[in-house]
Amino acid sequence: MGSHGIKDQIAIIAMGCTPFGEHWDKGADDLLIEASNEAYAVAGLGKDDVDAYWVGTAMSGSSGLVASKPLHLDNKPVTHVQNMCATGGEALRNASYAVASGAYDVAMAIGVEKVKDSGYQGLVGASRAPTDGTERTLTAAAMYAMCVPAYGKKYGVDDATMREVLAHISWKNHFNGARNHRAQFKKEVTTETICNSPLMAGTLRVFDCSGVADGATAAIICRAEDAHKYTDKPVYGKAVSFIAGNASGNADPNYDYTYFPEIGAVAADAYQQAGITNPREQIAMAEVHDCFTPAELIIMEELQLCERGTAWKEVLAGTFDLDGDFPINPDGGLKSFGHPVGASGLRKIFECYTQLRGEAPPERTIKTIDRGLAMTQDLGGYPGEMVAMVSIWGRELG
Amino acid sequence: MRGIIASGAYLPYRRLDRSDISKFLGSGGGRGTRTVASYDEDTTTLGVEAARVALQHAPAGFQPDQLWFATVDPAYTDKTNATTLHAALRLECDIALDFGAAARSAVGALRTALTGGGSVLVVSSDIRTGQPGSGDEAGGGDAGAALVVGDESHGPVIAEYLGGASATEEFIDRWRVPGATESGNWEERFGETQYLPLGASAWKRGLDAAGVGADQVDHLIVSGLHGRAVRAMVGRLGEAKAKVVDDRTATVGNVGAAQVGLLLTDVLEQAGPGQVIAVLSLADGADLLVFRTTDAIAGYSSHRTVADQVAGGAALTYGKFLSWRGNLAVEGPRRPAPSRISASVSARSREYKYAFVGARDRASGALHLPPARFSRDGDAFDDMDPVPMSEVQGTVATFTIDRIAYSPSPPIVFAVVDFDGGGRLPVELCDLDADALAIGDRVELTFRRLFSADGIHNYFWKARPVR
Repeated sequence: MGSHGIKDQIAIIAMGCTPFGEHWDKGADDLLIEASNEAYAVAGLGKDDVDAYWVGTAMSGSSGLVASKPLHLDNKPVTHVQNMCATGGEALRNASYAVASGAYDVAMAIGVEKVKDSGYQGLVGASRAPTDGTERTLTAAAMYAMCVPAYGKKYGVDDATMREVLAHISWKNHFNGARNHRAQFKKEVTTETICNSPLMAGTLRVFDCSGVADGATAAIICRAEDAHKYTDKPVYGKAVSFIAGNASGNADPNYDYTYFPEIGAVAADAYQQAGITNPREQIAMAEVHDCFTPAELIIMEELQLCERGTAWKEVLAGTFDLDGDFPINPDGGLKSFGHPVGASGLRKIFECYTQLRGEAPPERTIKTIDRGLAMTQDLGGYPGEMVAMVSIWGRELG
Repeated sequence: MRGIIASGAYLPYRRLDRSDISKFLGSGGGRGTRTVASYDEDTTTLGVEAARVALQHAPAGFQPDQLWFATVDPAYTDKTNATTLHAALRLECDIALDFGAAARSAVGALRTALTGGGSVLVVSSDIRTGQPGSGDEAGGGDAGAALVVGDESHGPVIAEYLGGASATEEFIDRWRVPGATESGNWEERFGETQYLPLGASAWKRGLDAAGVGADQVDHLIVSGLHGRAVRAMVGRLGEAKAKVVDDRTATVGNVGAAQVGLLLTDVLEQAGPGQVIAVLSLADGADLLVFRTTDAIAGYSSHRTVADQVAGGAALTYGKFLSWRGNLAVEGPRRPAPSRISASVSARSREYKYAFVGARDRASGALHLPPARFSRDGDAFDDMDPVPMSEVQGTVATFTIDRIAYSPSPPIVFAVVDFDGGGRLPVELCDLDADALAIGDRVELTFRRLFSADGIHNYFWKARPVR
């Protein structure tokens, strides 16, 4: 038994990604078609050239028909994947195994979400199983808000400094998104604006929360040895790791809301798969799940990019800025790129793919990219109760 | 000897200053305050809270033979409400009954218990309101009361029932059609003429039956929703009138069906041994109940007394009062309203949902809320003991104010609560001002109605600060 990974066994040969945002004039089908068509065009393939499909959506439909119907696929295996906010990454992970196993030559993973048709603020979850009415009713914002005072208290960071740290994360992601034509919010925002925006939950303000957006992303993969048939710039899979936590955090008095053990565990597994011993120096960048600013803060520590209790200092020092030593969310992140749940995991991979292929515009090209590796991190759920994924990608084999 | 073994009352935390009514409306109102059930309370939850207090005062491990529940404002008709109390209190008795939705049903249930057999937990509660600016709105109050009735085989009797009498007459004084939340009232001078002879008759016959004279009464309770008749009645009770007790209407309001239970509890919490208590209720007739306290009352411990609860509480604006009672619609967060709960899921989790029973891993001792099959600590599987947690206090580990979640009265305050002796649950807080909360604060559980959907009420527990 063991987690062996599929390092260097598959490669991404093409991707497509719609702009994320409020697409009042497009449905899930339109977004999915748009992202897929872009990927087909980049790969020089038609939809029938893809042997199998995985489609991820958390709340915009179910079953393989989500993709087979709008793409009018004939006799193709299409699998629907749902794993909360890690849905998009999960779609690609499962497609990767199918290709690595030799079952299919070419596979496609699509992530799509249409969230702006509900008429409500924020995300409205998919229809849920009937319950006894005793479950928690508070929002994701409120759950992550609990991390702020907990982290500050544990590491001796006062409220004002915590506010400054969270504002820097939001500011940084908006700064990056302002340099990305596909982002939902293409505008820099001052920390003053961030700190004066309306309160949502706890001390979290509107600008601490990810953008609620529609969007779709698609990726076409093949076995690594076949990649150059399709592209000169393949992006090789180094690690795809996923775990679902045991959800005990909210029932365990020992859990203190300052760490996400699921992410620490999945990162360790991914580093092991990829043979990485010092992620901070070996990897160029990370796209992480900044659903709320305190999540990004804690993720820095779980990914071993800094010691526990020090991420706040690194944030303020600019380590994770676009021109920093380890850029985080150079595409703008969930905060400013937007968060169509089922698409976000693939969107993060799209930025790794873009940077590794040298296709990011000069104003957004990270200076660390010659390290040759980029990673994504997804989570779905809440502190104490989450699923987590890490993927690592590289431009060279070996 | 048969009588009262224990009693308890529950007053909701919020108070409406009656002068706020006239400030808002330009009319109505009055002096003093009234209690206000929270938006997440109904007569069933008020009854549960009162019964919890009464059972705390009963002998350890006491289980009644029957549970009777009476209210004017039942959460359900057709379906029995007493079964919810039965589940929340984790009672083992085979009988749980509702008495019909008239104010008199509560005193009637008490009298029936006193003249019957076995032990009976008699619970009454009421939520009183009226049209904005009305006398019923200002004069009413919300409360629950519970009395444990039995004989010495069930526990020490603190007040022996000496006897009583009743009188009944058909006349239209106040009325409410099913489904309405407000009552109509006839011109009050008419009701007074009807009540006074009925009260006088019950008084005379009841004292005779009890074998006591008016001059022997130490505590006189006169109860009724007809304030004018109640005041006039007191004046006609001879030497006993000097012993009339504070009916708490200045601070609590007239709590209707719960008034006899509330005032009797109040008196029992203050009385010494060997004292005679006369309770005269005017409601569609008259009922007199006469008790004499026993020596056991000297050792009768009492927490959460009526007096303490009257002295506690915090102000509520009239606007909130109106919205909580459904007389002022306020826009909530733009979030979907919750779906109705599932009957079958609720039945499967009955012990947890209604009685807040967790599970403790026999090997590691880890306490699970809600109960789990696999332990979170170690490898134990299906090896846990049920642990009732509703009376266990806890400490706020962390908390958050959620301004965007659905709530009938936003914002929601949620706290991660670590319970004494183990167990953690993120739970909604109530009866507090959010800015007064701090990590480390002590909280206790309270039974609430979280929301209703498709006419089905969702009952579960919240936490409130220990005060």
